Amino acid sequence: MRQLGFLVGWLVKALVVVLAITILNFLLIRLAPGDPAIVMAGEAGAADERFLAQIRSDFGLDRPLLVQLGIYLKNVLTLDLGQSYRNQRAVVDMLFERLPATLLLTGSAYLFALVFGPLLGAIAAMKARTVYDSALMVVALFFYATPIFWVGLLLILVFSVQLGWLPPFGMQSLIPVEGTLARTLDILRHLILPAVTLGLFYVAVYVRLTRASMLETATLDYVKTARAKGLPEWRVATAHILRTALLPIITFAGLQAGHLVGGAIVVETVFAWPGIGRLAFDALFQRDYNLLLGVFLLSALMVVFFNMVTDILLRVADPRIGSRA
Amino acid sequence: MRPQRTINRWATGLAAAAVALAVSGAAAQAEPQRGGTLNSTLWPEPPGIVIGINLNAPTLLPSTKIFEGLLTYDFQLNPQPMLAESWEVSEDGLTYTFNLRDDVTWHDGEPFTSQDVVYTLTEFIPEVHARSRPTFARAKVEAPDDHTVVLTLEEPYGPLIRSFDAIGAPIVPEHVYAGSDIRENPVNRSPIGTGPFKFSEWKSGEYIHLVRNDDYYLDGRPYLDEIYYRFIPDSASRALALETGQVQLATQNDIELVDLGRLEAMPHLEVTTKGWEWGAPISWLEMNHRREPFGDVRFRKAVMYALDHAFIRDNIFFGYAKVPTGPIHSSSPFYTDDVVTYEHDPDKARALLDEMGLTPDGDGVRAEIGLLGLPYGELWDRLSQYIKQALGEVGVEVTLEASDVAGWGSRIANWDVDMSTTYLTTLSDPALGVARSYITDNQKKGVLFTNTAGYSNPEVDRLFAEAASEPNHEKRLEMYHEVQKIIADEVALAWLAELQWPTVHDAKLKNVVRNGLGPNDNFAEAYFEQ
Repeated sequence: MRQLGFLVGWLVKALVVVLAITILNFLLIRLAPGDPAIVMAGEAGAADERFLAQIRSDFGLDRPLLVQLGIYLKNVLTLDLGQSYRNQRAVVDMLFERLPATLLLTGSAYLFALVFGPLLGAIAAMKARTVYDSALMVVALFFYATPIFWVGLLLILVFSVQLGWLPPFGMQSLIPVEGTLARTLDILRHLILPAVTLGLFYVAVYVRLTRASMLETATLDYVKTARAKGLPEWRVATAHILRTALLPIITFAGLQAGHLVGGAIVVETVFAWPGIGRLAFDALFQRDYNLLLGVFLLSALMVVFFNMVTDILLRVADPRIGSRA
Repeated sequence: MRPQRTINRWATGLAAAAVALAVSGAAAQAEPQRGGTLNSTLWPEPPGIVIGINLNAPTLLPSTKIFEGLLTYDFQLNPQPMLAESWEVSEDGLTYTFNLRDDVTWHDGEPFTSQDVVYTLTEFIPEVHARSRPTFARAKVEAPDDHTVVLTLEEPYGPLIRSFDAIGAPIVPEHVYAGSDIRENPVNRSPIGTGPFKFSEWKSGEYIHLVRNDDYYLDGRPYLDEIYYRFIPDSASRALALETGQVQLATQNDIELVDLGRLEAMPHLEVTTKGWEWGAPISWLEMNHRREPFGDVRFRKAVMYALDHAFIRDNIFFGYAKVPTGPIHSSSPFYTDDVVTYEHDPDKARALLDEMGLTPDGDGVRAEIGLLGLPYGELWDRLSQYIKQALGEVGVEVTLEASDVAGWGSRIANWDVDMSTTYLTTLSDPALGVARSYITDNQKKGVLFTNTAGYSNPEVDRLFAEAASEPNHEKRLEMYHEVQKIIADEVALAWLAELQWPTVHDAKLKNVVRNGLGPNDNFAEAYFEQ
């Protein structure tokens, strides 16, 4: 019953948050200077009053702002996110077309980071203040501090241009590969460089986070008790320290998961990856309101959803959290 | 006047000799070979690929391979046959008769006829093609038979003969569009044209794929099997793709000018700046004549003297530009350099400002003005920085204002700026691409690419109007020369550079740039040397 109450409460909160975000986004975008009709006419290389009026009336831009907002909200309820101004296609179609590529990229990078980050962080903590620790921390700091686009270009130079092992950009080879297995392998080959580029940054974050968290936990009294009981050191590290030290990592991983949709703009740009981040970026410059709002809405839904998942995971990792509530 | 003419004739002779040499050079090369896949960069991903419905640069590159015009234009912008194999303009300039090819079919197998041309010029263009709409609104279009089209005008219109290319008047199939909502027609995502390449696939975020039209009307052409236009968003990645041979063609803004020297030095790549004669882009600094001190011609002249145009050409555009002398691009047949020019001379600039009473205050500042730079990336930022420095040297303090493209466009269209930088294609005829920035009638608040500077001179208005409807070419030349003199003298705009877009291509790829449309040619003749 408690769990059900928790879920219902969460859903209500989530709905309110998503609605508020949608309205706020809608109003904020329109506060920015710049008129989508002028951008579109500019792109067409031809501007006359008739064309501008036609664009404004086609997209309802000539109506009062609140009327536009009402129509938009009503349509969103029926999952109609409107037409992209620039592409003259349904926003929902465009989002779903790009979503798989982005999830594949960010999801792989995320897994890569979740596996190697805490692992290396734990090693660094257990070997704290040794040469291994220092080396790991320097490498982590390097990838944390280096701009992602630069890491990407560097990897392209080494692995594509010099060694010729991996393709430099795109999601699959131009000449379509026959067979499901061959196609999957082809996509995986294209995935490695962008996923590693994006993943390295997060690995660096997790290494630092895990190390700091474990070192802090190691000084707590219950750990001293565990050691005093005579438990072997590896058992202290895994069962006692790591479990508690994981809490900030779960929290961070949850926050990061929410950004899986829009968090890869830079990597998508460098590697010409056909994802959603890039779509949002271009939509912003085109003042393609509907498309942009669609990406925001999807992104908001993801953040809210993963926050809920995080909350549940935290309760599992540390039963005290649920009982305190 | 006479020596000028002689020089022109001499220059024409020289150009003819050069063309003859080039042609004989081409003949000496191996025969074109069939086959091969061309990979080209394309950025940004276009919103659509039906010319007319969309007219932005990335739309044109793939769609000019699918759609064709009645005519195309050589480097001197002389008309050449395409869907029309011959044409005739009556002496009075009022009747244009086109004889169409009778061996052309649409990509869906239907025959191409004069009805398609009538439909395009009287329904398709008026409905969607904002740029060509006014041009063809002047003409009555009729088809006496299946392969003849006659345009009749009420008064002559000089630019008309240069308006039949695939960009200005792409011929679309009547049987596909008639009776439909043109913009919403599903065929727009997989268009049907007459060109040497057929649409095959558009993978959002990845590429547009065109394949050879095996039924193309020219024997043995096109030579290429297929073309992929790949969307590569990052300019450094695009340069890498050319270096590694992953793509064989990039053009216009695809490659940062700073990277070009490196690419040009590579043995497997070639760079050309030809092929933009039709577009003829000029960049300028626009001063809002409605605000002081820009309304005073002395101030505008002072700005021109303060700017070092050779520096801009060499250091901002890395040599991929020419110093402009006025409103008409030097590649235009209507160009003259017989105008007032403004050599870099800061002292002259200061003297003019003194004369206006704009004397330096205690900090050496004579005037404070804002500059809204074109937000198209690093190159344009550097240009703004340079203008700030150069004007600062003569005591005019410039504040740089930042914006994105949308905000930039809105502010200029609504006359809400002191100064701004921009560039605009001046198109195949001054009546189409030049007059719009200078004539009083075209000051339209809220509309971009009009006379947003607010320049106005009744004599200029008259010359532009008369030149547009003058059938005699020599008389048109005289009027446009006169207009260039006036506008250059009054510094209606402070021209900065004639842009020379580079086209970078694999050295084995031949016939990429073979006329005034450059990479927007239909590529029927392009081939890979093996």
